[in-house]
Amino acid sequence: MSGARKLLIASGLALALGGMGYGLYYAVFIEHQTLDRLGSSLGSGFALAGGRDLPGARAALADFAAASYVYVRQVDAHGHWIGLSMLLILFGAVFHLVSFSDGVKIRLSVGLVLGAIVFPLGVLLETANRGWGPKLLAILGSAILTLALLCVAVGFAIARPEGPPVERGRS
Amino acid sequence: MSSASQTIRPMEGESQAASFPPLGARRMLVIGGMALILAGMLFGDIFAVFVLHQNAAQINARLLAATQAVAARDAAGIAAAFQDTGGFLENRGTKVDAHAHMIAFGYIALLLALLQPRVALAEETKKRLAALFLFGSTLLPVCVFLIHYVGLAGSPFSAIGWASVFADLGGFLVMVAAAGELAGLWRYWRGPKKNGAGDDLLAHAAGPARALLCGGTLLILAGFLHGAYYAGFHLYANEAMDQSLITTMAMSAASGQPADTAQALGDYAQLQGAKAVNIAAHAHIIEFGILAILVALFQPYVFLSERWRKTWAAVLLLGSLILPVFVLLELRLGIVAGGIADVGGLLVVIALAGMLTGIVRYTGRLDAAQEVAS
Repeated sequence: MSGARKLLIASGLALALGGMGYGLYYAVFIEHQTLDRLGSSLGSGFALAGGRDLPGARAALADFAAASYVYVRQVDAHGHWIGLSMLLILFGAVFHLVSFSDGVKIRLSVGLVLGAIVFPLGVLLETANRGWGPKLLAILGSAILTLALLCVAVGFAIARPEGPPVERGRS
Repeated sequence: MSSASQTIRPMEGESQAASFPPLGARRMLVIGGMALILAGMLFGDIFAVFVLHQNAAQINARLLAATQAVAARDAAGIAAAFQDTGGFLENRGTKVDAHAHMIAFGYIALLLALLQPRVALAEETKKRLAALFLFGSTLLPVCVFLIHYVGLAGSPFSAIGWASVFADLGGFLVMVAAAGELAGLWRYWRGPKKNGAGDDLLAHAAGPARALLCGGTLLILAGFLHGAYYAGFHLYANEAMDQSLITTMAMSAASGQPADTAQALGDYAQLQGAKAVNIAAHAHIIEFGILAILVALFQPYVFLSERWRKTWAAVLLLGSLILPVFVLLELRLGIVAGGIADVGGLLVVIALAGMLTGIVRYTGRLDAAQEVAS
């Protein structure tokens, strides 16, 4: 098995474990509290408005929006890490069918792995810092991923007529 | 689909019969996985047509009721409206979960099928693990679907119903099966080297298989580009508008400005629709891309003529593009676009059913050849 395939499969498995571990931690320690906060702040906002406590209602609804902002990104990071890990493993299985040299394939696999880690990490960091740093990290990660995906698609498309060499056995 | 024997290019020879034995683990996982994906997609199409929009309308109606209760200083009415909304959200959420899990388990079954030659366990054990995986993969989504209808009936627990309990059991069985497969992989990697023990299923890709690999990757790429565009240009604006509209609803209702409330409610419904179609388009195009890559790998098992294999590959890719594009266009074109998107989903279902038919034919041909040989 080539280095690129090993890197993709091993990184994919590690990322899946990391993403699921984060999901488990999130589900046990954070999610229910967040959902409770979402439900109670929205309900309170309307209830306070019904009681004509408008400043209180505004504060409750602002709290709902803040909780929603964090919730969306936490779930997004978890979902994208696991989804991207599946993509890495799948590409690991078929990367020998990409018609590029081993050197290019290694670079592509490094790009895919880097993007798969950095993009959701940037999204997650936005919950702690709403500045440009995490946003730029997310943009950088997704740009690397997009470019690598484009190259992989081209690599699949330009098949050699006789097909790439068959990899057999284990190395 | 006639004259298959003249033009087909499926795997030939005894080695393939050995790698795809009758009721073997790989065969169970391939056929079971594709059946799960098919069932999940059909369910998704039915859900989109008969439940999704009606459910969204009910949620909007409850939001209207909540604002009316705010205007009338009716605290009990506010609480009731939000409680009803919770019920509608549960109805939608459990159906989306059932749809997503069935398809995701189908993908994992296909991935496990690919890995079978590298799972160093006895064939009987692998068959049991495959059966356990498929049973759990069916039990979980079926029971998640039932959660909304069964509720807490007959349950000894205060917050968890029997449907949830059996759904969790399904998830547990899937985890046990996956752990077993992982143990088999570990034994393979730790065991002695087996030179020449490669899997011809992954050896090469030509014709429809390569089209599916390339098309699948392009679909994923399109999904990424759309996701990046949405995150860059709409996500933050939509979040700000979401907060603004909810606040306007509550404040205008409390201040006796029903026209503003109605406007905010209408805009809020539009915004939720915009968010939903963007997320659905992003998720579906990427899922279909992964599906295309997965089914590309099993093309050697599709016992159909080259022409039909190309046709099903093209239909799958076409449907995979039509559904997300027309989901996105729903906001502009309304129900017509929704209908076309459903047709796109149906095309994917038909293509998958065509490929599954080819795989079932392949198994029949292998078994018949083995019977003649023996």
